[in-house]
Amino acid sequence: MQIPYTSEHHPETGLYNAKLGIWLFLASEVMLFGALFTSYILLRMGAPTWPHGWEILNIPLATVNTVVLIASSVTMVMSWASLMMNDFKKYKMYMGITVVCGLIFLVIKGFEYAAKFEHGYFPSTNNFFATYFTLTGLHGLHVIGGIIVNAYFWGPGSKMWKTEPQRFVNRIEVAGLYWHFVDLVWIFLFPSLYLL
Amino acid sequence: MSTSSHSHTADAHIHHDAHHHEQGFWSKYVFSTDHKVIGIQYGVTSLLFLFLGFTLMMIMRWQLAYPGEPFPVIRFVLPIGIIGLLTMFVSGFKPSLGTTVGVLFMAMAALVWYLATGEERMPMGIMAPEYYNSLGAMHGTIMIFLGVVPLGVGAFGNYVMPLQIGAPDMAFPKLNMMSYWIYLVGGIIMVISFFVPGGAANSGWTSYPPLSEIATTGQTWWLVGMVFLITSSLLGSVNFIVTILQLRAKGLSFMKLPFFVWAQLVTSFLLLLAFPPLEAAGILQLLDRVAGTSFFLPSGLVISGEKLMNAGGGTPILWQHLFWFLAHPEVYVLILPAMGIISEIIANNTRKPLWGYKYIVYSALFIGFMSFIVWAHHMYITGMGTTISAFFQTTTMIISVPSIVILTSLAISLYGGSIRYNTAMLFALAFIPMFGIGGLTGLPLGLATSDLHLHDTYYVIGHFHYVVAPGTIFALFAGIYWWFPKLTGRTMNETLGKIHFWGSFVCMNFIFFPMLIQGMAGLSRRLYDGGEQYSHSANVIYLNEVMSIAAWVMAIFQIFFIVNVFLSMKKGKKTTDNHWEATTLEWSATTAPPLAHGNFVTLPTVYHGPYEYSVPGAKKDFTPQNEK
Repeated sequence: MQIPYTSEHHPETGLYNAKLGIWLFLASEVMLFGALFTSYILLRMGAPTWPHGWEILNIPLATVNTVVLIASSVTMVMSWASLMMNDFKKYKMYMGITVVCGLIFLVIKGFEYAAKFEHGYFPSTNNFFATYFTLTGLHGLHVIGGIIVNAYFWGPGSKMWKTEPQRFVNRIEVAGLYWHFVDLVWIFLFPSLYLL
Repeated sequence: MSTSSHSHTADAHIHHDAHHHEQGFWSKYVFSTDHKVIGIQYGVTSLLFLFLGFTLMMIMRWQLAYPGEPFPVIRFVLPIGIIGLLTMFVSGFKPSLGTTVGVLFMAMAALVWYLATGEERMPMGIMAPEYYNSLGAMHGTIMIFLGVVPLGVGAFGNYVMPLQIGAPDMAFPKLNMMSYWIYLVGGIIMVISFFVPGGAANSGWTSYPPLSEIATTGQTWWLVGMVFLITSSLLGSVNFIVTILQLRAKGLSFMKLPFFVWAQLVTSFLLLLAFPPLEAAGILQLLDRVAGTSFFLPSGLVISGEKLMNAGGGTPILWQHLFWFLAHPEVYVLILPAMGIISEIIANNTRKPLWGYKYIVYSALFIGFMSFIVWAHHMYITGMGTTISAFFQTTTMIISVPSIVILTSLAISLYGGSIRYNTAMLFALAFIPMFGIGGLTGLPLGLATSDLHLHDTYYVIGHFHYVVAPGTIFALFAGIYWWFPKLTGRTMNETLGKIHFWGSFVCMNFIFFPMLIQGMAGLSRRLYDGGEQYSHSANVIYLNEVMSIAAWVMAIFQIFFIVNVFLSMKKGKKTTDNHWEATTLEWSATTAPPLAHGNFVTLPTVYHGPYEYSVPGAKKDFTPQNEK
């Protein structure tokens, strides 16, 4: 039995199943992070004092991370575009870079966390750090998830290119949509935690 | 760029894995990706959880009726054990669904034995106050998140919806399997929490902080369990929406969808968008409990005379907002699938088109939208101010309109029909006034002034139980009687069914109507002794015993249902593919039971609306959707 529209487009929605699925999933992710951002705003508005992010957090490191993540989003698109142009080697390269960028992001984040712990800043210190660790931690988990998916498609998952190329291209597109979302969350997190 | 360029290459790969090999027992019945098997798995699991939730409540009701008297364990454990043995006996002790359920009933008898004994929980056989709280919290959690929603959405949605839209399966069969197993893990975590030190969560099903944050370990388990359940419902809802939007049969336009499918679509959107904020809240509360943060803990909190050593600066009200942002749409997650089931049954058994199908559909969509902006009507007494209260009162009054439209349409549908009074229809007919009482008693709670008096009284309990128990659960029973012939190819016994219906119908009202009376008298909910110590409850306290006895008697009537299911599965009258002479695709285009692999011999094409009954000039009194 074959499920219709796993790789071809539905005439009415113009989407294949997985693409519609990922958009719906991202909608729920928006609600998840939306609720956390709202909680952050509420807690900050209600607090008598709230430290400025730039006084405590490491802006240069976070800026580097922002650049790294945006770069990885670009290479993600390039990897998908390479497949569209039937260039599997280039796909491998760009997807590899995407995965490496994701890892670099995590390593830098790790250094940031370590520095905070060294200075005795923990989630329990105050609500600023509680918010900081929760939001960046949850974002970090999303990055890890994305890296696992991308690494799978770079490695063993890429065998599908030989058997079902169209479906594989779609998978990369779907993974890309998720990866851009993770990137976008960071773009909101960076100013609201570090710069405000 | 992406949408148009690579569609032409796709067609070459469609027919790739059309062949399939013989499946073994495990992949066929246990780790199945077939939506019908998953639907049955959801159904069996959620019915067991409903039974467990009911049992917890029956234990609680002893304490309410006879505060401080030792609990008669045998009287509760023995019947459950006997049901288990009988089920196993009927199934001949062979490896089958019946035997499995029998074993699970025996396990439940053991669990109830455990729950109703023990020095910590029941010192000298008398219920400990903390334990009473635990039972209350877990009754709510199990009934809603593990019982009713998985039955309405997971079971009926999974089994019926793809058949009704003429789809070969769900859009993502593997994801479908995963959502069931994640749900099961969540459920098992909830059950295990009864065995951890301090017992299961005991801060109410709403888990309000700061109480929930200083509660025993069970609360942490509750939070972890909830995260699993939320993940499961997220996967399920994505799957449902994609299936309904993408996999409808040829010719099945939106306005030809059976209302049940519409109900599932709106429900899925609610699950998709309303659950994540609770997940966020759950994460924050989990961090408060395990990482020492203070998201929901205010500064300077003093507990048992000691200042709590935390950073402070949090707010308990934040939890309430996040929680009710889910939990109000959740009400519609409970009721919409129920309305869907009822619509199918009423249209068929009146042999008339559903009156105002379009109004019903638009009302459901409007309910879905509005349900996101009414949540704070649960929070009038938090002191959030008159302006915000005014807003939420207005939206609450507005959202009651589409519900009334649906209910009225269903009632008008009865007018002039030659009604067939089978068991499913009886439950459907009872749904209308019962849900009506539930809905109308909600209006005073939606207005801040009257809510001040009624808040946190038994009136609230009576109100929402009327919505969920004789409302939604009746609809779910109706659905079981209704789709049983499709599931098994046999019909359920009508006599046993009618005994089950009338018994449940009478008992339900004896359980929940007294709650409304007690609440009006000002009796608070969640009182360990049922309100004995308050003088204002003196005139209504006798009702506690009435309600308890009604609850226990109702349990006896459920035995007729359980026996009926297993008896009919074995010995029920064999029936045709379209037992009810219905128009929708699950009846007219598939066999009974539907084929094991895939759903249809050939995918159906749809020419008609969903409820073309008694069309003038037609040969039969029903015109199947797929008949030219």
